[in-house]
Amino acid sequence: MLENTEIILDNISFAYKQRNILENVNLEIQKGEFASIVGPNGGGKTTLLKLILGLIKPDRGKIRIFNKSPDKVRNKIGYMPQYAHLDMNFPASVMDVVLMGRLNKKNLWFSRKDRAKAMESIEQIGMTSFTTTGFNELSGGQKQRILIARALCSSPDILLLDEPTANVDSKTEENLLSILKKLNKKITILLVSHDLGFVSKYVKSVICVNLNVVIHPTTLVNGELIKNIYRGDLKMVRHDHRCSDEGHSHD
Amino acid sequence: MIELFNAILDPDNMFLRYAFIMGGLASISFGIIGTFVTIKRIGYLAGAISHCVFGGIGLALFLQVKVGLAWFDPILGAVLAAVVAAVMVGLVSLHAKEREDTIIGTLWAMGMASGILLIDMTPGYFNLASYLFGDILLISGKDLLYVASLDILVLGIFILFFNRFFGVCFDDEFTSLRGINTTFFYLLLLILTALTIVLLVRIVGIVLVIALLTIPPAIASFYAKRLWQMMVYSVLLCLFFTWTGLGVSYASGLSSGPTIIVISGTAYLIMLIIHRFIK
Repeated sequence: MLENTEIILDNISFAYKQRNILENVNLEIQKGEFASIVGPNGGGKTTLLKLILGLIKPDRGKIRIFNKSPDKVRNKIGYMPQYAHLDMNFPASVMDVVLMGRLNKKNLWFSRKDRAKAMESIEQIGMTSFTTTGFNELSGGQKQRILIARALCSSPDILLLDEPTANVDSKTEENLLSILKKLNKKITILLVSHDLGFVSKYVKSVICVNLNVVIHPTTLVNGELIKNIYRGDLKMVRHDHRCSDEGHSHD
Repeated sequence: MIELFNAILDPDNMFLRYAFIMGGLASISFGIIGTFVTIKRIGYLAGAISHCVFGGIGLALFLQVKVGLAWFDPILGAVLAAVVAAVMVGLVSLHAKEREDTIIGTLWAMGMASGILLIDMTPGYFNLASYLFGDILLISGKDLLYVASLDILVLGIFILFFNRFFGVCFDDEFTSLRGINTTFFYLLLLILTALTIVLLVRIVGIVLVIALLTIPPAIASFYAKRLWQMMVYSVLLCLFFTWTGLGVSYASGLSSGPTIIVISGTAYLIMLIIHRFIK
């Protein structure tokens, strides 16, 4: 084990309804990692995140985070869930949602410090002008950013994001990823992502999840590898190939 | 209108005065609890709890009359049944993922059926309709004291734990990751819902109570941008509906519960159409 190892999964297996989701998974994540978790639907991506969060327990194997069990270090982990499970008619302002990141066992009410921290997190993701806006009035991409701010609000050392780029256009996606890249200077980031090609421009490693888990540096990601992960042919668009920096026009 | 005021002030109409005070006090708990029931979408859990209350009332009458436990007041039976039902229904909704609706439906019907059977086995005549649809003639000074205490309890708990309840309702999973015992607060919410239902059965009855619990917050949600606003609007709307309903029912000699429900239900449907139309 290296000195900077933050997350260790040691021979983890997890089954749901007699179906193996993850099998004999070994994974080590170092401090400062910025990795994208990819794999087919139902391949175990979200399961992997939930195991690290301690929301579910592995059937076999051991998980250590900062050399402790996951439920002991939850306050060091920021989590951004998929927003689809949230009630879109819930009456809450952006500030109300972000302040949730300051919930803790000890204090019943939010202090001035909590509010300042929430403001700071909203600023980090560039949404300062939306503080009093209703959460349900935001677009999909804006909602994702607010949920990232909520995760940041608890000053985490590790940030786990479940599909932060789902349902957003490519410009918003790029914007989100560059925000994350900035945050990565201080925080270890793992994110679940659907499209590998685009994300790989930003992340340092790719964690491939499909029953087994393999981690590669981004430089090694190519068509052959992707085909192996998804066990089949896949259309791959190289977003870094452009006619020119300005793109092209049709006039 | 003036007639109504005179009627309320008339010492012979003590029951009417009680009904108005009861409606006013109850609106506080109803608006707050109803808001949570609506946003957490647990209206059908509240429905099951309210029907189990009937089982508790039946049990209390049975024990009082047949077994001779004179101290076992129907309200005590109702409170016990409501709290037990709240915990059961809550645990079922948390753990029985697949058969949840079937189990809740079974509890709902069994609560009701056992109440009827227990009353069948109890000698004497009981006016079932007054439990099912409410009867303001049954309201006593003691009931007012109960409702006032419930208001203090509900307000106190929600002021203390507002942020936790907000978290549990908006994003349960995230809140538990912040170290909050979400199961505890969810069950607490259901128990408070149960207590609120019991005390309101006097006015609107077991069958109709759910409508009064969810209609004011449903209207409030059209306009409220934040959770506390939704609660304040709900309390005011609930107050408006109960008082208007009581006034109309007194003036026209109709049952109070159904009058309140028809007025609030109509208001909701009209607001729904207006809201859709404008949007």
